Amino acid sequence: MKRSFWHVALAAVAVFGTSGLASAAWEPVRPVEFIIPAGTGGGADQMARTIQGIVTKHNLMKQPMVVINKSGGAGGEGFLDVKSSAGNPHKIIITLSNLFTTPLATGIPFSWKDLTPVAMLALDEFVLWVNAEKPYTNVKDYIDAVKKAPPGSIKMGGTGSKQEDQIITVAVEKATGTKFTYIPYKGGGEVAVQLVGNHVDSTVNNPIEAVAQWRGGKLRPLCVFDGKPMAYDEPIADGKSWKDIPTCKSQGLDMEYLMLRGIFMSPKATKDQVDYYIELFKKVRATPEWQDFMKSGAFNTTFMTGADYAKWVEAEEKRHEVLMKEAGFLNTGN
Amino acid sequence: MEEIVNLFHGFAVALQPFNIMVMLVGIVLGVIIGVLPGLGGANGVAILLPLTFSMPPTSAIIMLSCIYWGALFGGAITSILFNIPGEPWSVATTFDGYPMAQQGKAGEALTAAFTSSFVGALFAVVMITLVAPLVASFALQFGPAEKFAVYFLAFCSFVGLSKEPPFKTIAAMMMGFALAAVGLDSITGQLRLTFGFTEMLNGFDFLIAVIGLFGIGEILITMEEGLSFRGGKAKIDLRVVLQTWKSLPAYWMTSLRSCVIGCWMGITPAGATPASFMSYGIAKRVSKNGNNFGKGEIEGVIAPETAAHAAGTAALLPMLSLGVPGSPTAAVLLGGLLIWGLQPGPMLFVEQKEFVWGLIASMYLGNLFGLIVVLTCVPIFAAILRVPFSIIAPLILVLCAIGAYSVHSSTFDVMLMLVFGVVGYLLKKCNYPLAPLVLAIVLGDKAEEAFRQSLLGSFSNPLVSTIMVLGLIALFWSAIQEGFSRLRTATA
Repeated sequence: MKRSFWHVALAAVAVFGTSGLASAAWEPVRPVEFIIPAGTGGGADQMARTIQGIVTKHNLMKQPMVVINKSGGAGGEGFLDVKSSAGNPHKIIITLSNLFTTPLATGIPFSWKDLTPVAMLALDEFVLWVNAEKPYTNVKDYIDAVKKAPPGSIKMGGTGSKQEDQIITVAVEKATGTKFTYIPYKGGGEVAVQLVGNHVDSTVNNPIEAVAQWRGGKLRPLCVFDGKPMAYDEPIADGKSWKDIPTCKSQGLDMEYLMLRGIFMSPKATKDQVDYYIELFKKVRATPEWQDFMKSGAFNTTFMTGADYAKWVEAEEKRHEVLMKEAGFLNTGN
Repeated sequence: MEEIVNLFHGFAVALQPFNIMVMLVGIVLGVIIGVLPGLGGANGVAILLPLTFSMPPTSAIIMLSCIYWGALFGGAITSILFNIPGEPWSVATTFDGYPMAQQGKAGEALTAAFTSSFVGALFAVVMITLVAPLVASFALQFGPAEKFAVYFLAFCSFVGLSKEPPFKTIAAMMMGFALAAVGLDSITGQLRLTFGFTEMLNGFDFLIAVIGLFGIGEILITMEEGLSFRGGKAKIDLRVVLQTWKSLPAYWMTSLRSCVIGCWMGITPAGATPASFMSYGIAKRVSKNGNNFGKGEIEGVIAPETAAHAAGTAALLPMLSLGVPGSPTAAVLLGGLLIWGLQPGPMLFVEQKEFVWGLIASMYLGNLFGLIVVLTCVPIFAAILRVPFSIIAPLILVLCAIGAYSVHSSTFDVMLMLVFGVVGYLLKKCNYPLAPLVLAIVLGDKAEEAFRQSLLGSFSNPLVSTIMVLGLIALFWSAIQEGFSRLRTATA
């Protein structure tokens, strides 16, 4: 008697439960894995962990969010993991430019089309930095000095090989008819310190990687690789703010490059599921912690979802193909 | 003197009741993380980072750095008891710690390890307190060429001291280099030796190799030898702590040398792992008990543990003053700083005095608390060895599997660990030394990267030449010594 009561009760719960799910919007029923296709401590890692902190602190999700670094093969490990999790809505991934550069440079088989686009959270800026002890105060001075020096004797430090920093370096070479020796390091913070120690002559660090050294009077920004100056007008060093850094284009160095900080999820996600995450990230963006984070890294806060986002990513992929082809970085197959 | 005043302000911050509680929680969590092989300080801190977002930044960094100290302490426990290094820098601790445990001296080994850890950390903190700005500028001198020279020195001070035939040592080391080369080549951005398997993208993670080679390999050997666990007669008495302490001052020279090596490696930043290997190698070379190293010599526990802890602590200095992390865990802490709205770098010491000195004061207190916590637990840890092997072995296997899985959350790694276990067993059977293999896996790709970066930039300066010459001297030390003694007999 008792047993059949439990059966009925269970059945009732089951029916009630499913009907409840069907009527309400989709919500995660398991912990959500948040994949970072990069190592701990880098820019994508910082952003993902900030998001995790905000979600936890403000109780934005009923299920916990678990952050996992899968950095193998220039991030290929993380992208392949999400690609192979079709129909699992509990897996999202944050991207950096390796979404485009890794498959092109290494031939690891994935593309953004294998994943479901969710939202663009922000764009990361690139700034041309030199050591503050050096006499160059503007782009022209520096490029003139590079032209005068024997080709290849000026060293440009950057993160990774055949990735965004080296792409920008090659574009700068093309635009100015100069030749740098590009030296790849593992992380952006290390690159900035190598510049402070004068082991390299210039870098294209993201603002967040070099801002501390700028404030400490060790580094000097020359120009930003964006179409317009950055939006933040709070003074950082010597009364100068991010806004005061001229665009490279206005300094005669015609190159624009911004790095995607966006979210994708596993293949075959339904509209309900994508909408859930879009709402979640809208809430994250509204918190003061997120705004502080954007300010500290001088991010470009463009937000995009749906078709706009997909279109942007597609255009960016084509652009990377062209840039990398020109630079000779495409994988030739083995 | 301003530093001393600041430090006392720091103590006032760190000694607030909430911060003391946070410190204790951090130490205990850290020890647990350190004991679990594979989880590691970096992963542990990363997992617990979000917990601290609702705390004030000073309490948060105190908690996270205490987790870090706890993990440094905890790494030694499994290395000594089961020959399974919980952390990369405890590999060198197994060389003498495990034989000691097998001889029933687990309590002594643990006490020596914990105490030397404390000494190393204390030395490094005092250095941070007094000469932080000076040291920070030294770290700036290190470009790729200097880094390669340091790795070269680490290899040299380790090679040639094993008693196995040199060819076996070299063979083992070359195997390590080959394994280290798998995965993405960071200089050209191309994949190497993956044979088209996407599982191989990551290369061979050092932790998986170590858990397999040491942990699983050891279990296989013990099984073959009749399931006997030779540590059963370990004393489980707190008095063992005091007895060991009495014998420790005799090794002050080893401690001091290891402290200096550790601080140097932590700042440059090469990290705790090369520091522990280098310190072990040099201690073995210099000590008059050098021949007993590897058979359960207490000095062989003191040297690597002191250096690892000194390096682990010193690694926080370049992170705070330059914003460049000296270890993977420091890298995660760096991310934490940014999230709390603090910018590491030259200005941190000027603008955030309360935070910086609160952290430094918590290094003193955290290490002291950590020492007390782990020392009182020595008898409990040693008692684990009394559990029959047939019960403990499956537990260790499960622990190893969890550890291997948690490195990259991948089941492929668990298989890999088992394969490494069999390889470790075979190598031991054929008398190939495992240490050079492990050293090459850890430092192989870093050394290669630094070497090729230097070739790209053609760097050269006196600092590099000095370190390289030191390396060559270390490499040919036994030949030089022999030459001298021959010269002496010839003239006599």
